[in-house]
Amino acid sequence: MAGASSATEGPTPLVEMRNIQVSFGGVRAVDDVSVEVYPGEVLGLVGGNGAGKSTLIRTLSGAHPADSGEILVDGKPQVIDNPRDAKDLNIECIYQQLALADNVDAPANVFLGREMTTSWGTLDDGAMENETRKVMGRLNPNFTRFKQPVVSLSGGQRQAVAIARAVHFNARIMIMDEPTAALGPAETAQVHHLIQQLKSEGLGIFLISHDIHDVFDLSDRISVMYHGRLVGTVRKADVTPDDVLAMIILGKKPDEATREELADLRA
Amino acid sequence: MADALTNAPAPAQGAARGPRRLGAALSATEVDLRLFGMLVALVGILIGFHIMSGGKLIQPANMITLAVQASGTAIMATGMVLIIVSRNIDLSVGSIVGVVAMSYALLMTDWLPALGLGLDAPFQWLIALAIGLGIGATIGGFQGFLIAYVGIPAFIVTLGGLLSLRGVVWLMSSGAAVSGLQSEFRKIGGGVLGSIGETATWIVAGVACVAIVALIVYNRRQRQRFGFPVRPMWAEVILGAIGCAVVIGLAAFANSNYLPAGLATQYAAEHGITEPPGGLKVPLGFPWPVLLVIGVTLVMTFLATRRRFGRYVYAYGGNPDAADLAGINTRWTIMKTFVLMGVLCAVAAAIASARLNGATLDVGQSDELYVIAAAVVGGTSFAGGVGTIPGAILGAFVMQSLAYGLSFNGVNSPTQNVVAGIVLIVAVGLDTYNRRRGGGK
Repeated sequence: MAGASSATEGPTPLVEMRNIQVSFGGVRAVDDVSVEVYPGEVLGLVGGNGAGKSTLIRTLSGAHPADSGEILVDGKPQVIDNPRDAKDLNIECIYQQLALADNVDAPANVFLGREMTTSWGTLDDGAMENETRKVMGRLNPNFTRFKQPVVSLSGGQRQAVAIARAVHFNARIMIMDEPTAALGPAETAQVHHLIQQLKSEGLGIFLISHDIHDVFDLSDRISVMYHGRLVGTVRKADVTPDDVLAMIILGKKPDEATREELADLRA
Repeated sequence: MADALTNAPAPAQGAARGPRRLGAALSATEVDLRLFGMLVALVGILIGFHIMSGGKLIQPANMITLAVQASGTAIMATGMVLIIVSRNIDLSVGSIVGVVAMSYALLMTDWLPALGLGLDAPFQWLIALAIGLGIGATIGGFQGFLIAYVGIPAFIVTLGGLLSLRGVVWLMSSGAAVSGLQSEFRKIGGGVLGSIGETATWIVAGVACVAIVALIVYNRRQRQRFGFPVRPMWAEVILGAIGCAVVIGLAAFANSNYLPAGLATQYAAEHGITEPPGGLKVPLGFPWPVLLVIGVTLVMTFLATRRRFGRYVYAYGGNPDAADLAGINTRWTIMKTFVLMGVLCAVAAAIASARLNGATLDVGQSDELYVIAAAVVGGTSFAGGVGTIPGAILGAFVMQSLAYGLSFNGVNSPTQNVVAGIVLIVAVGLDTYNRRRGGGK
């Protein structure tokens, strides 16, 4: 595999996914893919529809375990069979569509699956709301609707709730699947700002996006997938958006593509 | 319970439409307007039939009969809420009631006596009750397992249950009705035998009043602990006062239901009391089935709103994928809703068989329809994630009041069914319209 960077990076990667393979029926959705993320780094993961980005990342979040391959966290091999395993390793996911239970309020969503309870074993809604207010105070100080079902919130507010969940539980590795797809420009800017902030705190971030500009704005390195394979991982500084676009569409690294193919693309 | 009532979003639009001050006052008390509206509808139905009957309907004996008749449906509806909230359905509840009711009858008359525990053995009924609850939980658990772990749709599994369990009832007794239960057990069914009496009724009411005040104070303290906004003091006081007044009023009402004259004479003779002129008045107080409804409502509301289990049920109903990705054991959660439903069916079966003093082949037949109707009239949405326990209880009482009021006014049973069906559709239609207009869920 064409890893452009690992040799030059000193520290151990935060997460390393090695030779990951996932099949659905006879179809190889992810075919022998290896990627890694370092602390304080954003790895952009791009590719066309069905390229296997989401499937790859679902093996890391525990939503769908890999058929084969290895996942190392801090250099140690780990088994991630379900979302709880991932959360125990401080891997948190932020999905555009799937993350929130619409009919319950923000604190319930932040603590979903990890509720705070009183000594009687009952839900401690007061304490959860209090914690949520603290986290949201950092992320989105204008947020006040702690008692409303999240369905009544705006896209940006919902995304803030999802991010609050990850932040509250001290995520070290964050997976963001199309985090800005449903957001307006101001809200997108807010999420960008947030990603920068998390990055400066030393988190490793996987950023999946269709939007090549999003990826170029935020990522340090970019991995391109094509039909389940990893085309390559490149440093943002070494390439242009057009190069990445060519990799996405042709499934080849720019230097492997023929002049005709590139010309077709431009036309 | 107060908490379940306050979870609804603030009714901003309603306040703007109605008289502004009243709307603001109502929203300050954080009372769920949907439930409040249903309560108004229930009272309206009863008053309507009361007038139709020439002022004869609303009196203690009738209202208590109505409440006892609604109790089984109400108890099962609380479980159906959680099942429908988590996007499933249980069509088998009526047949589970049939199997468990027949089990109670056979246990007390046949199986336990064969083990040397005859009808005269003390607590025989308790053993039968415990086994019956276990049977209910097992049937519910088995269906829940097929639904949650094997992945067969709930509609199919419980439709199969509806058919086959009714057959089981027949096989259990070889097609015969069974009767003659222990008299202690029969108290569960209410009626003249099964009421707790005047003093106990006042004690229950007193405890309930203390509990209401304690709950209000506790909730206020919880909010104050973190400096969150609290309800204005006057709203707390009014809520507490109304709650206590309702409880005391109900107790007084139940206590103005007296032992029938003939039985009162017998009672006087047994207790060596000389009957005063005009007959001895022996207050009956709350009947056991109504106390069971209250107990089940409290327990189920607690499970639904204060425990993780309830949180997971609602979260799953709102977004199954999110619940899964949050690391919730959703299968186990779903299976538990069916176990709970089975237990509640067993409680309802106890009331039904106690009232019958036995079991027939058709105990619980069509119950599933009334239970689902009660849950849905009570505001439970088939889209999932929406529905409350108190709402389902009110729904059960609305449906039963209609049936009782109509039959009290001499309307025949086919016409009652026509009305019940239309009311179901209209109630859900109005609710859908309101939610859409309110921009809610």
